[in-house]
Amino acid sequence: MPDAPGLELIAQGVEEGRQGTVIETAFEHGRATLIVHPEGVLHALRWLRDTPEQGYTFLSSLHAADYLPATPRFAVHYELLCRDRVERINVKALLQDPAAGDDSNGASPEEKLPELDSCVALYPTAEFQEREAYDFFGIVFRGHPDLRRILMPEDYVGWPQRRDFPIGGEPVLFTHNEIETPRWFE
Amino acid sequence: MADDLLRDEEITERGVAREMEDPSSSLVDSAEIIHREPEGEGLEPEQEVLTINMGPHHPATHGVLRLIVTLQGEQVIDLKPVMGYLHTGIEKSCEDKSYWKVIPFVERMDYLSYFFQMEAFCGCVERLVELEIPPRAKYLRVLHMELNRIMSHLVWLGTSALDLGAISMFWYCFRERDQILDLFEMSTGQRMHTRFFQVGGVFEDIPLGFEKKVREFCSVMPSRIDQYEALLDRNEIFLHRTREVGIVSRERLLELGVTGPLLRAAGEPWDLRKVDPCLCYGDFDFNIPVGTVGDGYDRYRVRLQEMRESVRIIEQALDGLPEGPWVADDRKYVLPPRDELSTSMESLIHHFKLVTEGFRVPPGELYYAIESPRGELGCFVVADGSSKPARVHFRDPSFVNLQAFRDMSVGGLIADLIQNLAMLDPIIGGVDR
Repeated sequence: MPDAPGLELIAQGVEEGRQGTVIETAFEHGRATLIVHPEGVLHALRWLRDTPEQGYTFLSSLHAADYLPATPRFAVHYELLCRDRVERINVKALLQDPAAGDDSNGASPEEKLPELDSCVALYPTAEFQEREAYDFFGIVFRGHPDLRRILMPEDYVGWPQRRDFPIGGEPVLFTHNEIETPRWFE
Repeated sequence: MADDLLRDEEITERGVAREMEDPSSSLVDSAEIIHREPEGEGLEPEQEVLTINMGPHHPATHGVLRLIVTLQGEQVIDLKPVMGYLHTGIEKSCEDKSYWKVIPFVERMDYLSYFFQMEAFCGCVERLVELEIPPRAKYLRVLHMELNRIMSHLVWLGTSALDLGAISMFWYCFRERDQILDLFEMSTGQRMHTRFFQVGGVFEDIPLGFEKKVREFCSVMPSRIDQYEALLDRNEIFLHRTREVGIVSRERLLELGVTGPLLRAAGEPWDLRKVDPCLCYGDFDFNIPVGTVGDGYDRYRVRLQEMRESVRIIEQALDGLPEGPWVADDRKYVLPPRDELSTSMESLIHHFKLVTEGFRVPPGELYYAIESPRGELGCFVVADGSSKPARVHFRDPSFVNLQAFRDMSVGGLIADLIQNLAMLDPIIGGVDR
């Protein structure tokens, strides 16, 4: 892990290349977090990967999280790893929910989804994990080569891991209870 | 009248406009259909492209994995894995459980490395609440994790050799696997999905006689590995099937985020137990086996050597097993001992609070990674201050490693595809979660 002053230097370096990228830095439980603006996430990742003295060339994990009462509501986490120094840094892109405050009450035909640039070109390992984040949180990754649902069925409606998506309630169909939900296949 | 005429005109205009739009678009469609050449037309029969569907229920897919394979003759020219058939929403369900109830849930993701799943989750929560676990608990965790690593590799070896036609390997491997499961039953009460680890340490101390049994196992296991090697190492069929097959360069593997034995077989000595030791891995003397070429045979050799190293770690863990408590003495997170409940009111209150509500974790988030039998297993937990996690995510190595499957198989034969999948060792429970 870079220590707290090291993290500030990284934040400064990222900020020099593109103003307004870094929103905040956080250092807790020995984990360095760089909170970035969604438009600047590719710049931050590229800087961390290509600057020789940084060398965060390995993306361990990409995952999304929903912080529902908070705004911005969503975050995409990039867990970067520098294999030479065995240091990890977390880049967290905060995303507003474009559907928030939308009082059309579902009348608008297209659902508004949060969007973010895809980092597959920088880290090819992100391909499946970005699909997973799209599948469960409805975060659209611009420029992803094949953005489809990955674990849920392709015709599934809804974003199941959002915090406002209810748990349960979907009956599991067997032959014995098919009679209770007739024509379920339609 | 004039108004009406105007309106009529408008209507007719609109009607005309609609007519103009509709047929034109349908014309374009039909034109496309007409001019589209059927794929493979005019090719020699052996050049024709055939797309076949393998799975989801295919005995060689090690779970319910579906593969859409495009073939030219017997050569694989494209491959798309389709997963999700085993998706049970474990991550979502975890958000509805208090922290200590999440543990048995996450064990069932990658059902062959349950101790590792538990360690990833418990270690993550322990770091969030900043709870230090006693040394004996660390040693017991390592002991069980390494036994689990051998068990997982044995299942891999048995089923992979079975895929290549060596059925006897399956029986031999499962014989030793059963011994390990017996050991688990003795120390934890369960053969699989033990829920042995808990936040703060382990659930119980090991019983009397367990150490002796483990030592017996450790003395036998290296000779068993010799026997497996004698059966496979110079086996003509096995060599033909695995050597120079499924090679992916080390750089490409790193780009794809592949970790674990697959990466080490390509010559990269990357093991989180060594470079970033969690628990007490720093106390032990063990080696990281690496391959040279990165073909199927190297992957097999690396895993067999890893089993030997795991035996060494287990022996050292038994030698150095410290005395003392096996669980932290923090009543906010750990259940008080059973005998205190009848004498101490305070213990009873703690017990009641822990069982009914569970402990609360202060707000924060953390990613914690360990080396599972298949690579980097990471757990990401978001705590919102309540007694239930706001998000639990597992970075499963099988899920990420599966991306390398295309690179391994494209250009090879369809028979090698089975071999590649076997050597990749994905656990679909972990992929789909």
